[in-house]
Amino acid sequence: MNWIKTKNNTKVNLNEIPTLKINDLREEIISLNKRPVGFFGKDWGYGTTKLFTILADDQNGDLYISSALFEQSEKEYESLTQVLPSFHIFEREFYEQFGIKPKNHPWLKPLRKNQKDYQFFEMEGEEVHQVAVGPIHAGVIEPGHFRFMCNGETVYHLEIMLGYQNRGIEDLIVKHPTNQLAESICGDSTIAHNLAYSKVIEILKETKITKRAQLIRTLALEMERAAIHIGDLGAIAGDIAYLMGASVFGAIRTLVINTMLEFSGSRFGRGLITVGGVNFDIDDEKIQRAVKTFSKVEKDVERMVKTMLKNTSVMSRLEKTGVVSQEKAHEIGVVGMAARACGIVIDSRFDFPDECFKNLALPRKIFKGKGDVNARFQLRYQETMESLSIAKRILEMLKNGYKEEVFTQNENLLCANSMAISITEGWRGEVVHIALTDGNSNLTRYKIKDPSFNNWYALALAVRNNGVSDFPLCNKSFNLSYCGNDL
Amino acid sequence: MAIKILNILIVLFVPFLMLGIIKKTKAFWGGRYGASIFQPLYDFIKLMKKDFVISKTTSGVFRITPVIVIASVLFAALFVPLASSSAIINIEAGFIVFAYILSFSKFFSLISAMDTGSSFEGMGASREACFTTIVEPAFFMLLASVMALSGNYTFDSLGKIIENAGGYGILICIFAVLVLFIMILIEGSRVPVDDPATHLELTMIHEVMILDNSASDLALISWANGIKMLLLSSLIAAIVIPQGLTTGLSAVAYLVLMFLISVIIGTIESATARIRMSHVFEFVFVMSSFALIVLSLVAARMFGG
Repeated sequence: MNWIKTKNNTKVNLNEIPTLKINDLREEIISLNKRPVGFFGKDWGYGTTKLFTILADDQNGDLYISSALFEQSEKEYESLTQVLPSFHIFEREFYEQFGIKPKNHPWLKPLRKNQKDYQFFEMEGEEVHQVAVGPIHAGVIEPGHFRFMCNGETVYHLEIMLGYQNRGIEDLIVKHPTNQLAESICGDSTIAHNLAYSKVIEILKETKITKRAQLIRTLALEMERAAIHIGDLGAIAGDIAYLMGASVFGAIRTLVINTMLEFSGSRFGRGLITVGGVNFDIDDEKIQRAVKTFSKVEKDVERMVKTMLKNTSVMSRLEKTGVVSQEKAHEIGVVGMAARACGIVIDSRFDFPDECFKNLALPRKIFKGKGDVNARFQLRYQETMESLSIAKRILEMLKNGYKEEVFTQNENLLCANSMAISITEGWRGEVVHIALTDGNSNLTRYKIKDPSFNNWYALALAVRNNGVSDFPLCNKSFNLSYCGNDL
Repeated sequence: MAIKILNILIVLFVPFLMLGIIKKTKAFWGGRYGASIFQPLYDFIKLMKKDFVISKTTSGVFRITPVIVIASVLFAALFVPLASSSAIINIEAGFIVFAYILSFSKFFSLISAMDTGSSFEGMGASREACFTTIVEPAFFMLLASVMALSGNYTFDSLGKIIENAGGYGILICIFAVLVLFIMILIEGSRVPVDDPATHLELTMIHEVMILDNSASDLALISWANGIKMLLLSSLIAAIVIPQGLTTGLSAVAYLVLMFLISVIIGTIESATARIRMSHVFEFVFVMSSFALIVLSLVAARMFGG
């Protein structure tokens, strides 16, 4: 057996993971042809490096794990990207972290470090000009450098150089595994990352958390999705100077995050989720208020979106702007909301459901989008409504039953020599956390994959042949994370 | 004399109020209280007190541009009829002087933007230059036709369209006002052509050209932009406000009209999205076609019998 097959939210014994020669592993990956969710190295002692590969079979909800060992003298291998472009960013990361070079990688550029050595693509021609934006952003959000190769107002290619936010958070978590660190991986996905982290540690500690805690976690995740989507609907409206949309969505979003404030003391849900459950229970009075708020939010969002979709000046900006074709999205391995907007059926809530979500038995809505800004706008609307109705349903469940503790104490050590995987669908897409332990039950490697990691390249493709002035609109429709990518 | 002083006060203060009212209208439609309508004036005073930051890559062109811009706009104001009076310098073909003084100031803002060496500002300058080349012929077409109608080549003939054009008068007035109004949106850098509120350099037109300007330079340029809007609005006033009102009454009518124009601009900014950059030209050509309609109506009146 060259692969070990497992499910989401499980652990495997490290000794059971097959170890192949890199060339064999490469052949295996190509013949299996699945979507990569993990492709990372670990220092294996005596100068050797072990490369773990985790592939996802979205149709069947299976994960395939295998590995390859690089001897000290082995410093290169034939790159996978030439055959499977979705590995391009994973191979760049692996090269940067372990210095093992994927040969014939089409653009083996720095990912997070050594930006001084970054070689930008060059285009020549009389009409061609370059526009460099950043790293300091005009709205003073997060830093990132964007370089447009333009012909007049048309963008030929956009090159995105990130890494300014690199905090070494994977190593930090190995040293100090805390929920607080997991929450700060990416601020707008606080819940998703903290949830993935908590699940990974619970798997390793073999903690079983209560149903009520699971429901509150799922509720928080859906509230985060709704809040961010509503905020981004407003931001999209703001970028096309449609002020009414910007202010109305801004006001509605506040209702959702203020409800989160009531539940957890933080508008973004910091401190809500912890290893072993959640820190705060929700009493009936808060539930009633929240249900009322969400009904109002549903109504307001629907009305505003309908108004915008009827406005021709809005639609002419959204339609056919920033198109990513389904083939391209599939090829480069786009995940999450951005992929669904292209018509790809992918949603780890349904593909790799956890116990709580499985029990909710929700129908899966297929979105038929054309991959433009309009598709991402409408998908965000659809998902907002869906999340709000899930949230309302969970609130009802919490009110009518599941009267139990929300926190389970567990002082167990982490399981030794194990690898735990947890995939959680944040609002942006799949958040993957993987933890490895050694024989003494200590964490030795922690791997995080934010959906932004896969999706930044989709933004670069989206703006090709668009006006340079449409870039902010395309950017907002994806709203990718800088720190989620830079870690 | 009193009316001259009033006109000077109008040029000095009404541009700020118009900008303030536009912002207030936007706040109203957005469900916010918004800042006071005097905020642009307070901002002006604040900026005048501040220290400069000047990029090392710039030359003297960048330094003198704000002064040239404000001086030419103020000079251009002398050629335009404001509240209830003829222009202070009311000469034949004054509109040509008016248009080219404004072009002169625009030329300097363009080269000043390019002087900074920033790729953003170069992009903004190229966009602004593009629109200007289309706006200018339409403006001349409009004014020259209306003036040919009355045979009087001063701005005074704007008020006499109805009496000179007979049955075509109302139509000519409507289209002339539309041309001038679209011109206000373009020259004043308003939605749907430009977005004065955005922070995204890549999408800006006017704002991006003044990214490097600070303190009193920025204050003067923003003020000049407001005056430009006021002057074009005054041309609408010259068409719309009936002749023969008493001085006081027509001054009041003028101020009410300025208020209305600001509210309309604010409402448009709240209710529509900005046009995609590549389609802005189509919008600008709408203005040209309206000007052509005026031309053909005038021709029909003069030669059609």
